[in-house]
Amino acid sequence: MRRILPIVLAAAAFAACKKQDQGSGPTSQDATGPIVIGEVGSMTGTEATFGLSSANGIQLAIDEFNVKGGVKGRRLEVKVLDDQGRPEEAATAATRLISSEHVVALLGEVASTRSMFMAPKAQQAKVPMVTPSSTNPAVTEKGDYIFRACFIDPFQGYVGATFAANNLKVKKVAILKDVRNDYSVGLAKNFIDAFTKHGGQIVAQESYSNGDVDFKAQLTNIKGLSPQALYVPGYYTDVGLIARQAREVGITAPLLGGDGWDSEKLYEIGGDAIVGSYFSNHYSPDDPSPRIQEFVTKYKKAFGGQLPDSLAAQAYDAAGMLVDAMKRAKDLAGPSIRDALAATKDYAGVTGNITLDQNRNPLKPAVVLKVGKGGKYEFVTKIYPEGMQPESGSGGEAASGAGKPGTEASNAGQSKK
Amino acid sequence: MAEFFQHIIDGISVGAIYALIALGYTMVYGVLKLINFAHGDVFMVGAMIGWYVARWTGESRDPSIPGALLITLASMAVCGCLGFVIERAAYRPLRNSPRLNSLITAIGVSFFLEYGGQYVFGPNPRVFTVLPRHPGVHLGPVSLGYVDIVTVIVSVALMIVLQRIVFHTKMGTAMRAVSFNSTVASLMGVNIDRVISFTFVLGSVLAAVAGILYASKYPSVQPLMGLMPGLKAFVAAVLGGIGNVPGAMLGGLVLGLAEQVVSGYLSSSWRDAVAFAILILVLLVRPTGLLGRGEAEKV
Repeated sequence: MRRILPIVLAAAAFAACKKQDQGSGPTSQDATGPIVIGEVGSMTGTEATFGLSSANGIQLAIDEFNVKGGVKGRRLEVKVLDDQGRPEEAATAATRLISSEHVVALLGEVASTRSMFMAPKAQQAKVPMVTPSSTNPAVTEKGDYIFRACFIDPFQGYVGATFAANNLKVKKVAILKDVRNDYSVGLAKNFIDAFTKHGGQIVAQESYSNGDVDFKAQLTNIKGLSPQALYVPGYYTDVGLIARQAREVGITAPLLGGDGWDSEKLYEIGGDAIVGSYFSNHYSPDDPSPRIQEFVTKYKKAFGGQLPDSLAAQAYDAAGMLVDAMKRAKDLAGPSIRDALAATKDYAGVTGNITLDQNRNPLKPAVVLKVGKGGKYEFVTKIYPEGMQPESGSGGEAASGAGKPGTEASNAGQSKK
Repeated sequence: MAEFFQHIIDGISVGAIYALIALGYTMVYGVLKLINFAHGDVFMVGAMIGWYVARWTGESRDPSIPGALLITLASMAVCGCLGFVIERAAYRPLRNSPRLNSLITAIGVSFFLEYGGQYVFGPNPRVFTVLPRHPGVHLGPVSLGYVDIVTVIVSVALMIVLQRIVFHTKMGTAMRAVSFNSTVASLMGVNIDRVISFTFVLGSVLAAVAGILYASKYPSVQPLMGLMPGLKAFVAAVLGGIGNVPGAMLGGLVLGLAEQVVSGYLSSSWRDAVAFAILILVLLVRPTGLLGRGEAEKV
């Protein structure tokens, strides 16, 4: 039944679409009704907080645009479909949104694996897709209609390795990666490249599969090689359990990871075992920059005092970037929005100024956070891409950045806002 | 060498939980010849009820020993009732129809509990620890978790209790009689409905204990958590000889050890493949499982 239902629905959606094409054309092209934007996310399942936070961020952005009068005089509307954290469901949801809801653009997914299942559908239908937080480089390589609002894995791996080598000053690191997740594999690979370049040594490479609950065997092997840190680029549920079991087998070295750790569940599951570990992230709500503090206040007001995690911030930026492009586009046809998105330059997002390169990937700084006592994230440092200067006014290191020559990007970004 | 012993200890501890779940599969199969696929989900409900009771009694972070006992007993009571209701509502009306119908119903009940669970409990993983915190025991470089020790002791104790119930009580004799030939048993005055209800309740109570121990070991409780352990326990039951109580225990331990050794020395990606390969090999050589000996012995 579980297998058949989506097929039946897809068939029904297909039939409905066929019928409408013969008629007056897709509803979103009508010049009067609301403009519908599709969103695919994991609203249920083990990564449910990813989908829920992203949906909040997107909703906040869209509501703001609607208050300001929408796009081209029309209201914006978001249609959200749940993929339960399953790649096949993400592809089905994308197809459904494109063919039966006639969305002008797609937002989603958080996980790279699922974005890669959605991307071919969007590319084929020439519907622009913006993923807020899929960091695997292969996602935007799926086609020229696929964009993202976050930095990519090579950079996050580089940030982790740079932090380990320069800030923690460790020489021996062990890796424990989720082999069934493109995100985790990508981060691990790029960490290894950057860390060996910094003169460090990878003492062990162990693996697990998403959904495993027992990691003792791998951790026992790692313990025998006594690394000074463990790089665990997985998702929060797994990492919480890994941290506990690492302490149980007697590993005391800190754990390092990426943005997949970002959920309050990390501390709930990991408890004291995860305290003192570090991860790279897209933004920190503790960042004193006014742009971020304004966003935090608005978000808290809209969602009952909840603190926005980085997925919410990125989803907010992705929606903002998309609507900004829709405003600049000459009409709301897929190719016009695509061209406007590709021309995005210095969009002033909360996670930094976004300028897309020719591969439709933004260049942005990353923050490193420490999990403190009681699960509170402490802002540690901000790491910029090689050759990029700190921008004034957008980061926690604004004070130190101000002394250096300001880049054109940051100045333009401010004036645009 | 220390690593090897650590793998063995972890394997025994994982295996003990598989064994506890497998006992429920094996008992129901022994009496009814029904593979109760909903068993893994009763296990999940056990853990979930534990979470609610822990929160209700305020013992969710650092429970005392009486608190832990209360949580476990409450969870056992609820799961026992659930087992009774499942049998009464879903399986009893189909008892005389072809076995395939019951099997499909079992899968239906399993989905019902999983997705009903998502509706009631929500899809997010929840966290609770039932056993009082304790650093565990360190034997040189090998560490023995407190939860692991409790798990192994509880599993062995419950298996002995179960074995005694089956072979040394009136109800156990009735269970064996029903297993051997239910028609003849009913002609001899055995109340079949009661025996079968009892079997389900007993199996579900064991699943609740397993759920609580599992949640203490891996403190992330969510509605789909019963899926994999349920499947592994089923493999353990078949491996040991389905219908055989010590067989379930042995099957669980073999499976747990195989998993840990494979993840330790090969790769965790091979773990499930090797576990199932062992199952196929054992069934090729001994089709009745390691300890399965023929119909008459089965309960």
